[in-house]
Amino acid sequence: MAVAATSGGDTSGTLNGAGIIAAIKASGVEFILSVPDIVTSSGLLAPIARDKELRLIRVCKEDECIGIASGLSYCNKRALILIQHTGLLDSLNAIRGIAVEYNQPICMMVGLLQHDPDFAPRASPRYGVRIVEPILDDMGIAHQLISVDADVAKIQPAIDTAYRDSRPVAFLVARSPA
Amino acid sequence: MMKRDECFRVLSRHIISEAVVATYSSAMDWVEIAPRVLNYTSIGAMGLDSSHGLGLALGRPDKRVVVLQGDGSLLMNLGSLVTIAEVAPKNLVHFVAQNRTYEANGGHPIPNPQVDFASMARAAGYAAVYEFSDLGIFAQQVAHALEQDGPVFVTLHIVPSKLLIYDYSSLYDPKKRAAFKTAWQS
Repeated sequence: MAVAATSGGDTSGTLNGAGIIAAIKASGVEFILSVPDIVTSSGLLAPIARDKELRLIRVCKEDECIGIASGLSYCNKRALILIQHTGLLDSLNAIRGIAVEYNQPICMMVGLLQHDPDFAPRASPRYGVRIVEPILDDMGIAHQLISVDADVAKIQPAIDTAYRDSRPVAFLVARSPA
Repeated sequence: MMKRDECFRVLSRHIISEAVVATYSSAMDWVEIAPRVLNYTSIGAMGLDSSHGLGLALGRPDKRVVVLQGDGSLLMNLGSLVTIAEVAPKNLVHFVAQNRTYEANGGHPIPNPQVDFASMARAAGYAAVYEFSDLGIFAQQVAHALEQDGPVFVTLHIVPSKLLIYDYSSLYDPKKRAAFKTAWQS
């Protein structure tokens, strides 16, 4: 299974939340499933909560999102899961069973909590951040680093591919979108 | 106290075009009693049956979804009661078969076997909540429960059943998932 290459170590970039939301909408996503994540809180979740074109489902625990997104996919409805990486780690069994073993198009946007974008995630001083990409690689889950505005262009094609091929994808948000 | 398979036989008389989401012991009993293309038994992780059901209900508000969850499964996803109540899908009916054991994992007791799921669902904000421990009364009232605007929660107080043989390869058959998807979208 091909795994997307990632970039990292960008020291001067900016990341615009409105651009990410536009890319999410352009991908045909109707539902956002979320537990709040401080990395994406003000730049993504807050404007999404006000956005009438997206339906925000607030859940209590991140693995609920995996089941809800799976159910929606059987209805041909696209969803994006917006969580932080601690929630991703907490949901690994659900991701293993539903996204990987059942080949479901589970699309996740994951804030890297306390990550310093001066580092590539694999080189992060934070253990919890450092292990995210290797875990996704071991699980065969495609992932894209979203660190600067140029990365936003990766979102729509990756979501389209996830739903076309019925397989998961993770976007790792390396800095707080403005 | 009732038996799960007896409850499901009664329930099956009222199931027509609904998706039925079920796992483990509930799934084994249900697919034997009511083999049908709109059974959804690929849950992937214990406890997520209620979340799959919510996704199905959100995606097809014109159809009804019935979740058949065990008490051990619901304990693993108690937060889903609050999530479902907040989303408030009118087309979701959520059953929990309370036998007070992790039946599929050796019959060990759940923590606090007397836990009151119906009160939890009521407090979470479900639109209607029922409890049954008598099969005759369940048979009288199940149609009413299924017709209510949801989310509806139903506790079935049951005895642990005989040892089941769990045919997971059948429950998780990819062909059944594909057939469900086609039927559910029609």
